[in-house]
Amino acid sequence: MYVTTDPSEAKQIDPLEMPTLCPGAMAASNPWVAGPDHQASCGFPGELVDNWQEKAIEKMGELLGKYRSLKVYLDSCVKCGACTDKCHYFLGTGDPKNMPVARQDLLRKVYRRYFTFAGKWFPSLVGAEDLTEEVLDDWYSYFHQCSQCRRCSVFCPYGIDTAEISMAGREILDHIGKGQKYCNEIIGKVHAIGNNLGLKENALRSTLEGLEEDIEDDTGVPVKLPLDVKGADILLVTPSADFFAEPHIDGLIGYAKVFHAAGASWTISSYASEAANFGMFIGSYEQMREISLRIRKAALDLGVKRIVFGECGHAWRVAYSFLNTLAGPFDFLDQRYPIPQHICEYTWDLIQKDALKFDKSKNDHIRLTYHDSCNVARATRMGDQPGGQFEIPRNILKTVCNHYFDMPEDTIKEATFCCGGGGGLLTDELMDLRKKGANPRMKALKTVAEDHGVTHMAAICAICKTQFSKVMPDHGFERDSILSVHQLVSNAIILEAPEDDA
Amino acid sequence: MLTTIYACLFYGATLVLVVGFADRIRRFAMTPAPLKIPTMPAPTTKTGVAFRLLREVTVFESLFKANKWIWLFGWVFHVALAVVVVRHLRYFVHPVPEVLAFVQPFGVLAAFAMVAGLAGLWGRRFLVERIRYISRPSDHLMLALLMAIALSGMAMKFVAHTDIVAVKAFFLGLMRFSPQPLPADPILLVHLTLVAVLMIVFPFSKLVHSAGIFFSPTRNQVDNSREVRHLAPWAAKLEADRAR
Repeated sequence: MYVTTDPSEAKQIDPLEMPTLCPGAMAASNPWVAGPDHQASCGFPGELVDNWQEKAIEKMGELLGKYRSLKVYLDSCVKCGACTDKCHYFLGTGDPKNMPVARQDLLRKVYRRYFTFAGKWFPSLVGAEDLTEEVLDDWYSYFHQCSQCRRCSVFCPYGIDTAEISMAGREILDHIGKGQKYCNEIIGKVHAIGNNLGLKENALRSTLEGLEEDIEDDTGVPVKLPLDVKGADILLVTPSADFFAEPHIDGLIGYAKVFHAAGASWTISSYASEAANFGMFIGSYEQMREISLRIRKAALDLGVKRIVFGECGHAWRVAYSFLNTLAGPFDFLDQRYPIPQHICEYTWDLIQKDALKFDKSKNDHIRLTYHDSCNVARATRMGDQPGGQFEIPRNILKTVCNHYFDMPEDTIKEATFCCGGGGGLLTDELMDLRKKGANPRMKALKTVAEDHGVTHMAAICAICKTQFSKVMPDHGFERDSILSVHQLVSNAIILEAPEDDA
Repeated sequence: MLTTIYACLFYGATLVLVVGFADRIRRFAMTPAPLKIPTMPAPTTKTGVAFRLLREVTVFESLFKANKWIWLFGWVFHVALAVVVVRHLRYFVHPVPEVLAFVQPFGVLAAFAMVAGLAGLWGRRFLVERIRYISRPSDHLMLALLMAIALSGMAMKFVAHTDIVAVKAFFLGLMRFSPQPLPADPILLVHLTLVAVLMIVFPFSKLVHSAGIFFSPTRNQVDNSREVRHLAPWAAKLEADRAR
């Protein structure tokens, strides 16, 4: 429960409040560098190679030929300043290198020096610089202060997306042997075991069985969470955090109850037991593709007809926007359904068909708001209409909850803030950055807590949920004030008790 | 002598502008966009995308969402520049079509608007700390160049008239490859030199944003990734190793 502060103070809360510029404030923020074994598991050199400058420029040249986004965005920026106050990390830290244009310039100045006429002949005029050790350090630090949330790309007059720049930067860093431990270790686990957590098949099976018992104890209904069931209709691919973390697991229970109520035949795969795709975070098409192909293989091996994704932001981006490209065509699936489909689309579809029954009063102790997860909001869609990614989760929440209030308009939907932990930054050594980056969202939340007595916030992303449960206590909220959307569905759904045979 | 120098200058500048800009566009167009990355919500049809781009280049939709001051100065400058350029077409055609004659009085108004817009944009580079931080000398020089072009042009209208009939004869002559004498009027020569400089730096500077917007994947892609498989040629090669 949020503890009300002085009301006069509350009126002054401004989620978009401009910080004072503090150059270098976050220069020392660095995630752990990946060790040789973690680098090797992704096929990258174990440590910084001797000729790293040469290799970095070579890689940059390769990427410029492969990604139009990179080429166009490095060339087109006019330094108008529209993006300068849009990044949550800038708003939270005041470090000018966290302004999207300044973050891009870290790469752009090197691009200009080595790849453009003006930069080769008049470097100081156009701000071109050699790739020095200081520049390399800045790359490592500040490309790991971008959560690839795309908020800047909404406001840029040319649509320049800093995520494209930081992804390219990280890919270059990986290829010269300076990768990030958190991402590369996790990618190694997916390849070796099948999910980010390294949760093996037997552990996963016993977790799911435990959940089945819990649900039956709780509701008296034998809701199943099937694993590796060949011939099931639906393959559920969900972030592995759903198998153990709070409040993620309550979301998983929610999906299971929805499937149960719909009488659906579904399964989880132990081979592709991970929706999240960290290949995107490190900007690697090849890694992203290999991880995506695991899902294709699982779908083929199990002989399913549909693929449904659980609540996970970046995962839904890779699923919605990239899966068809990376692992398609999915001509072996039932073409009458979207491929892939989001669990929210699935649930909303059933609600519209009146196939689910709810007791909304079960959520009456909750006064709710909804956090649009950045990658769902700005990199994907749900349903048939643009903006369905905003409306469908809200429609579900309003169906299962009586007290729903939106945060200020300039902090939600396409203008939503990242939670502060996305894009491969959800690691403990970046906690300072994560807490500062969460400030704009926390301020927006406080405004609805003050104005409407909002007590809880729902989200549909594993990273958001973990991040908020860590940072919300700093802002006067309990750590369980962050909820899964399907947790609220789970609370309110009415399941038919099985007919008594006796 | 003067006429020859300026004739060569404008032939050269035109060549650099056309070839340089075409080469830039070619390079944008040849580079594949391997992934679907439209900034959502995005149009689901090609027509929708055309309208999105049209809104971006006519009313600067995204910039309007971002910052009303930058939008105001930037939009006023660009529209004014467009009117001024259209107005200048009268020096390249004979007889002057009615449309151009109609634009004539607005051209003068636009000149003031253009200077005001530029002044606003330039002022922000000094006054707003964030924008001061991201500004490089080239950003100031570009504004200085545009401002000098505008002011020298206005000087010929409001301070010291040049022999505009002779100027028109010069340019019509250039277009027919028989240059006519150019008046040796200092303000005119400054104006023309700066315009030629602008034409020459255009393809090698941030002014390529004029083409960049049309090639920006976040703005020009259709939101249809689930319906249509999008595959870049280099990515398709990776598929050779795939069983099924």
